[in-house]
Amino acid sequence: MAGSSIMETLFQRNLEDLIKASRQQQVQESLFISKSMDEIRREIKSTDLHTKSVALQKLSYLSSLHGLDMSFASFHAIEVMSSPQFLHKKIGYHAITQSFNDDTPVMLLITNQLRKDLNSGNQFEVSLALECLSRIGNIDLARDLTPEVFTLLSSSKAFVKKKAIAVVLRVFEKYPDAVRVCFKRLVENLESSDPIIVSAVIGVFCELSLKESRSYLPLAPEFYKILVDSKNNWLLIKVLKIFAKLASLEPRLAKRIVEPICEHMRRTGAKSLMFECIRTVVSSLSEYESAVKLAVVKIREFLIDDDPNLKYLGLQALSIIAPKHLWAVMENKDFVIKSLSDGDFNIKLESLRLVMAMVSESNVAEITRVLVSYALKSDPGFCNEILGSILSTCSRNVYEVIVDFDWYASLLGEMARIPHCQKGEEIENQLIDIGMRVKDVRPELVQVSRGLLIDPALLGNPFLHKILSAAAWLSGEYVEFSRNPFELMEALLQPRTSLLPSSIRAVYVQSAFKVSIYCVYSYLLHRENVASSIGYGNQASEVSESVSKKECPESSDLTSEAPAFSEQDEGFNPRDSNQSFEDPSTENNGDVIVTHAQSSTSASLGKSSFTQESIVNLLNLVELALGSLSGSHDVEIQERAKNVLGSIDLIKKEILNPVVQEEQNLVREETEAFNAVKLMRDAFSKELGPVSTSAQERVAVPDGLTLKENLSDLEMICGDAQLPLPNTFSLGSPQYGEKVDEPLSDLQSKDKSESLNESTSLLAEHRKRHGLYYLPSEHGEIVSNDYPPANDPMSQDKVSEDAADLVKLTEQSLASKKKPNHVKPRPVVLKLDGDEIAIAAKKPGLNGDTLSGAVRDVLLGNEALPTSSRSNSSDKPPSKKKGKEKLNTDLPLESQDNLGGEEMPGGTASSRKSKHRSHGKERRHKSLGKNDEQKEDNGQKETQRSNHRHGRHKARQKADGHLNVVAQTPVIPDFLL
Amino acid sequence: MIRSVMVMNTQGKPRLSKFYDYQVSLSSSSSSFFPVEKQQELIRSVFGVLSSRAENVSNFVEADSIFGPDTRLVYKHYATLYFVFVFDSSENELAMLDLIQGKFLNCDNFVIFFVETLDKCFKNVCELDIVFNYSKLHTILDEIIFGGQVLETSSTEVIKAVEEISKCSLSLSICLSFLFLMCLLESASNAIALVSKSVSSWRSR
Repeated sequence: MAGSSIMETLFQRNLEDLIKASRQQQVQESLFISKSMDEIRREIKSTDLHTKSVALQKLSYLSSLHGLDMSFASFHAIEVMSSPQFLHKKIGYHAITQSFNDDTPVMLLITNQLRKDLNSGNQFEVSLALECLSRIGNIDLARDLTPEVFTLLSSSKAFVKKKAIAVVLRVFEKYPDAVRVCFKRLVENLESSDPIIVSAVIGVFCELSLKESRSYLPLAPEFYKILVDSKNNWLLIKVLKIFAKLASLEPRLAKRIVEPICEHMRRTGAKSLMFECIRTVVSSLSEYESAVKLAVVKIREFLIDDDPNLKYLGLQALSIIAPKHLWAVMENKDFVIKSLSDGDFNIKLESLRLVMAMVSESNVAEITRVLVSYALKSDPGFCNEILGSILSTCSRNVYEVIVDFDWYASLLGEMARIPHCQKGEEIENQLIDIGMRVKDVRPELVQVSRGLLIDPALLGNPFLHKILSAAAWLSGEYVEFSRNPFELMEALLQPRTSLLPSSIRAVYVQSAFKVSIYCVYSYLLHRENVASSIGYGNQASEVSESVSKKECPESSDLTSEAPAFSEQDEGFNPRDSNQSFEDPSTENNGDVIVTHAQSSTSASLGKSSFTQESIVNLLNLVELALGSLSGSHDVEIQERAKNVLGSIDLIKKEILNPVVQEEQNLVREETEAFNAVKLMRDAFSKELGPVSTSAQERVAVPDGLTLKENLSDLEMICGDAQLPLPNTFSLGSPQYGEKVDEPLSDLQSKDKSESLNESTSLLAEHRKRHGLYYLPSEHGEIVSNDYPPANDPMSQDKVSEDAADLVKLTEQSLASKKKPNHVKPRPVVLKLDGDEIAIAAKKPGLNGDTLSGAVRDVLLGNEALPTSSRSNSSDKPPSKKKGKEKLNTDLPLESQDNLGGEEMPGGTASSRKSKHRSHGKERRHKSLGKNDEQKEDNGQKETQRSNHRHGRHKARQKADGHLNVVAQTPVIPDFLL
Repeated sequence: MIRSVMVMNTQGKPRLSKFYDYQVSLSSSSSSFFPVEKQQELIRSVFGVLSSRAENVSNFVEADSIFGPDTRLVYKHYATLYFVFVFDSSENELAMLDLIQGKFLNCDNFVIFFVETLDKCFKNVCELDIVFNYSKLHTILDEIIFGGQVLETSSTEVIKAVEEISKCSLSLSICLSFLFLMCLLESASNAIALVSKSVSSWRSR
């Protein structure tokens, strides 16, 4: 047996061989690794500890650097770790620290070995065990090994002691009750003469105060001493970190530390300490003007340094201080702007943030101009960073900083044209958002949209499609501001639109529809006016003929012109025609247009080009472009294209009719077509406005709608009910009510026009299954009966914040069968969110509270001990009331200020309470033997627990003893006063 | 605290990786530390970031997207190796950089640094040293960083401890190799005896 194991050992490859071999076989690494793994699996089963340990070492090497799972070897690792040989032990511990976690089933088995090694005389063995505890310690290990750690805290060997101190962090984290045992010794070590020990303790406190700093306020005197006396930069940095936390809790403490920190700033040559001082000042001491000024001077030194690291950190310090002292940034403005073109991405990003912090109403235009020019020059990544931050800064608090929206609209258009722009979605949202929120900007928006739409090159960039969708929507929605609708139409229907994704193409089609309706309507309006004026003219001419031709030159002009108009109807073009004819019609038209809330300039411009010929051309163009789309496979496009073609068919017949008829006839026939077009036009020109996300909540439930109280069974329906929705969202973000409505009513109109698509069929199916949640179907149809299909979306979209309107709106939208499904999931979602947050908040809170609570308890007990050195160090004599203040660290700190000689009832109460609490706990521990948070390990380790209960119990008794002392004679020097 | 220490070469091959992070247990479900696959993934993403960075730029990387909120990454490029430290807000950025190389923390008795210590241990460290001295590397690192905290900032102290530890281990391995040698000799002499016996028997025949 021995011989065979020796032979095994002899021919085993050790780690070095493995590495060498792996370097020679780089081509087939995976094969090599799997071969080695087979070998390791065989060797690790060996009875010889040496063979086993070498195999384990190889395994941990492969696991650490090649990511192989080594959980199968956890038991072997324990075997190796228990070996008396140090080499084996080391390998075993290494494997354990690397591979064990809370889920490792054999974790329980290492407790005793760890305890043995912690008590070992060999300091390196102790160190191995401590390292292991610090890496994998869980609740059980932390609890069971607390006494050993406590002993090691006063070890005579600094090598062991410092590690024992560091391990305390993990022990506290996992087992807060250990605070009662170890905290005192931990604090005592602050007085150590060995700087290594002190720095280890401060390191622990730095970590602890990061999570919850209030409990450590009583230790401020010790920390202050280090801040003033120590020459060790490492230590100072950590102490500064602690003070940065404490100073924000206690203003008087801040006052005390300002001077020493400034002193350090003036003296030190170490940049790391300097930076820490700066950071402490700018983050926690920003009220102290002189300190901030000094810090800014030092920041400036960092900024002009050649080292990019210092530059970067300097910028970072500036961005911490920016919200409170903007002047510091302004002072370095030139440098910040220059850094935008730095070679270092970090620096660029940081200076971008600073530039954004400087943005205000007055300089936003200037800054964005500079930034956009930088964006044009820089690489795609940074370009998009710039664009993103411009967009988010400008839209902050509903466009707070923007005054000139025309400028902003053109900026958005400009940004869309930047070659690397990938912020399409954000630009899209903002374009539509400002279109709806800001009335005055609409003409400019249409202008910008036109620019984007007519540029065929933009269609090829997929990142811009979202923007184009917004542009198309805007130009359709606000077409009345367009200078040349025909041009717009051509842009919307240009052949390259086939490059667009179908959802956006659908928007194009819809916008084309809106534009064409607008054109036809304007034309008809115009013709009617002309007709009526002709009618008037003819009458006048008849009259004038019968009376006198010379009496009325104007009407004679008209009469001479009128026949020409009615005869050469096709070729009629007001632009070419006589000026005298145009004037009255402009007046008439102007009136009408004003009543339709159109801008008179664009209307007169537009009107002038609406001729029969151009309209016919337009309609032909639409028919030509959309004809092919009526066979599209995308239901959305097909649907809309068919709608457009249908209505154009209707209109065209009327328009094409030769109008060489009697005027009365003409007027009568015109009105039919006119009415149809007018209805559509009215629908399209309904105002859209933003809706707050909570708008739905303010709507009262309409009469006759019975809502189920319990909607729990809705959850399972929601999933498939909402499925088709995303497809139909063509533009905008869900935060706008009307966007939500649009697809819904689209569905409705589709339902009516009996063209089945997947959404409606799904809806129908859904309705069959869950009829409960739908209103009677006739209801919905009645509502939308009077309107042509295309009218619906818009008629529902007239939205205002007015509650009455909202009620109306919901009545309408509730009528659409989809609505109930849509409304109800929201509260469900909300509730889920709330739950999640509550759970998430609970989990870390529990541990932190117990830990800090324990720390506080112990600190109070600890302070009560006759720590003469500390009370000497303070010039103030210990007094009763001050002790109570310590107890009251939880109370508002101002109360301490006006604390005179009189007794504070709160102080005694809280001390009594804390006493009670600990007593209660003790009792509970006696009876249950467990604290709440340890429930999970109940019944796992009965024997060990009972052993330890004694130890812990004793320790706690000690702590309680201190507590009692505190309550009776609290002797705490108050450093702060 | 220090969340992680990594050494990798410029091809992205990890040479050393150590994860101290147990804070993760709060955010991710139950596991108190990164499973190995996750570790490999992290190393890869870190390398992805580092390899895209030019020379002569700052040594800090915001690592929130890789390691979660409140994390920083500092790295230093030496010859064919990247030395990477990941840490959170309780560490000073420049001090961490010092921990790798050392330039700013110029105070009398504390001159530290991982690379410097390695240099002293291996007499001008190069990638091969790091490749072949896996366990020694870990020993050195464990002496400097303990459970995510920097405990030793003096390279002489570190070297002293490391040497003593390797002495401890070495005595054993010497003893073992001596044992092997003895066994080898024994078996060899057995074999010789066997041969001589057979030879003599052949002769006598």
